[in-house]
Amino acid sequence: MTLESYAQLSNYAVASATGILALAFVAYVAQWGFARNVASDRELVNAGSVDAPSTGTTPVERSNMAGGIGLSLTTLAAVVLLAGVASRGLAAERVPWGNMYEFGCAATLAALTAYLVLVRVWEIDWVGPIITGFGTVVLGASATVYVPAGPLVPALHSYWLVIHVLGAIISGSAFLVGAAASVLYLVKSRAERNTPEDQRVGFLWRIPASAKIDQVAYRVHAFAFPIWTFAALIAGPIWAQYAWGRYWGWDPKEVWAFITWVVYAGYLHARATAGWKGKAAAILALIGFATFVFNFVGVNLWVGGMHSYAK
Amino acid sequence: MSSNAVSELGRREFTRWFWRQLTSMRTALLLLLLLAITAVPGSLYPQRGVDARAVESYFLDHPQLAPVLDNLGMFAVYSSPWFSAVYLLLMVSLIGCILPRSFVYLRAARARPPRAPRNFSRLPASASFETGASPDEVVAAARRALGRSRIDVVDRDGVQEVSAEKGFLREAGNLVFHISIVIVLIGVAVGTLFGYRGSVIVTDDGGQFANSLPQYDEFSSGTLFNTDDLPPFAFTLDQVTARFQPFGSPQAGAPREFRAKGTYTAKPGDTDKSFDITVNHPLQIGSTSVYLLGQGYAPVFKITDAQGDVVFNDAVPFLPADATYTSNGIIKVPDAQPEQLGFQGFFLPTAVTQDGKELSTSAHPAAANPLVGLNVWHGDLGIDDGQSQSVFILDKAKMQQYRDGDTAFRVSLQPGMTADLPDGGTIEFTELRQFARFQIGSAPLVKVPLFGIVAGLLGLMTSLTIKPRRTWIRTRRDGSRTVVDVAVLDRVPRDDLPADLDDFLERFKDALGETEERTA
Repeated sequence: MTLESYAQLSNYAVASATGILALAFVAYVAQWGFARNVASDRELVNAGSVDAPSTGTTPVERSNMAGGIGLSLTTLAAVVLLAGVASRGLAAERVPWGNMYEFGCAATLAALTAYLVLVRVWEIDWVGPIITGFGTVVLGASATVYVPAGPLVPALHSYWLVIHVLGAIISGSAFLVGAAASVLYLVKSRAERNTPEDQRVGFLWRIPASAKIDQVAYRVHAFAFPIWTFAALIAGPIWAQYAWGRYWGWDPKEVWAFITWVVYAGYLHARATAGWKGKAAAILALIGFATFVFNFVGVNLWVGGMHSYAK
Repeated sequence: MSSNAVSELGRREFTRWFWRQLTSMRTALLLLLLLAITAVPGSLYPQRGVDARAVESYFLDHPQLAPVLDNLGMFAVYSSPWFSAVYLLLMVSLIGCILPRSFVYLRAARARPPRAPRNFSRLPASASFETGASPDEVVAAARRALGRSRIDVVDRDGVQEVSAEKGFLREAGNLVFHISIVIVLIGVAVGTLFGYRGSVIVTDDGGQFANSLPQYDEFSSGTLFNTDDLPPFAFTLDQVTARFQPFGSPQAGAPREFRAKGTYTAKPGDTDKSFDITVNHPLQIGSTSVYLLGQGYAPVFKITDAQGDVVFNDAVPFLPADATYTSNGIIKVPDAQPEQLGFQGFFLPTAVTQDGKELSTSAHPAAANPLVGLNVWHGDLGIDDGQSQSVFILDKAKMQQYRDGDTAFRVSLQPGMTADLPDGGTIEFTELRQFARFQIGSAPLVKVPLFGIVAGLLGLMTSLTIKPRRTWIRTRRDGSRTVVDVAVLDRVPRDDLPADLDDFLERFKDALGETEERTA
């Protein structure tokens, strides 16, 4: 295959993955929607047994089926997106995260991978709507900053591009999963406080208790934070020392990476502080993710600086 | 009690209260968040230390607002009193937190595991089982199952009590992480105090640079750095190479390669060595590094005045303003007679005239069709009073612009072309050269913050992964059998304790070789 045909393949794959992921999102929303009137004590897990095949007749079965479709479509989207990201790398003959479009695609792929792995490990299917919805938006928005596949600007000719940006991608994808869990923690813990036992209907009561969600959120953040520390405060400064002659220069991207780091450090401390654990900590996690997203979108497009590789 | 003593006591009480508040976790948290918030303006307003020119142009664009913002420190956020106040308070809070915790930890690290509590069922997770093994066998099995915990065994009237504790490294990691932050900040401070950094533009028509203060366009150094100590190296720039993605290809105009070649001497009298600097590969001369930070075009002009004398013959750097290298530049000709001359204009590397428009634009950053357009002023450049002046700003206060009827007089030149000036002189665009913008600097002890942050990361990972845990096991005889009570307690609350207890019981019973069991 020629470089052009790899580039073309990549474009088709990314576009297809966006469509598939949007459908996965619809399926996950349907999973919640179908179960909206189901009481929490109704058994949900008969779908897999031989005796009661999922025929889609009861709300519970329909909900189960939609969830299964959502997970399958998410897996498919991840595979297709992997093809898109890999062929982009082949087309450009380098790592496929050299500009904003490519970062968006690679980070979405990492987030979907993280989600699918954690579905296996901790059964976190319940963050599916947020992950797929957010992923669809990121892929769709990435298309607006599309640039054809090509070589890198000289500033990026360094193996630190692999290390520094890969670290940002991995931690960013974990931050997304953590933020999704934190949103559901806030919703669920509020519902647990305000909803009487007999009014507990809907899918919200089929996901784990808020304490369990909080624990998932914490573990994901505890995984992501050291990687972010490495990417933003070790690999970044080392590369900056080689490229720009200073390891830290308060470039807007550096400022916001620092802010993200500080907010997540605040989150980890808040979880161990009376009066802050729970709600305040979860809100801090969301603020941390918001600063991460702003660093990617806002700083790239509106603020500028030495890290501006959007186009 | 005299009133003096009261206020003395009050002051001491207040100091203690203040210290407790400052070193509390809640305050540390608020200071952390405050630090995040105070860092924001520095990313939204141009910063003097990052891009002094951007600050100047902000002043020109917002003449009313800029002085107000300047007074608030918005153009030097990271050295402003309020930002410094926040991080210094945070540092004090951090140290005030680390020190007592370190002493507590040193004591705890030597301490034996605490005695078993009387009532296991009050602990977050506990279990019992019976076994046919003897209490001694149970204790031996417990030691194996507990692995690398710190273990004490007490025999009290035939009741064997095992107290075990593990996970001391969690707090060690925690302390290492926080101490490392202090090391990083000290390293950064030392590097800033004893370091220097400057930037200079050198043209590649054999332009020269000798490392001394007047040669720099921008220069800053730490308060403890003596500018007489600048290492005496010098270099000559022979060639700047800039390659761009060709016209018509994907990402046309995107930069592909920047390179600066020339020769340098480490100190006067040394033999010349050649250098080849690219973006990620600086030139290292002793403790100083020379980085290629940017480049652009430097048209060479030859200007004669009304009397026919050559009053200017030099390459003039035009600073790129956008990705197509549409560039702006200034020429000052103080030696022109009878009046000084000033030129201000633009340079287009690939000039194209779009139909209907009078002005050309640049279609590509490579110099395929170079064109210079200049407006001309005459009068007093304002540089004779000894005040230093930016080479990129033309002070027009005492100058008049040459006009051509209703419009400004303008010369448009391509390489090799000459134009007549209204005062009778000429300007010739003799050839096109390029310039490189170098950053030159040295930050001593750069390894200290690196070491600090790496140690901090290791400490962080230790503190996030290690679970500190106390385990107690008590055995008592019940006829021919032994009843074993087990309880666990985590120093950080976790809600998967019961599952962990089950895992431990499994290992424990494996170690006992016990298959027959009854869980109470």
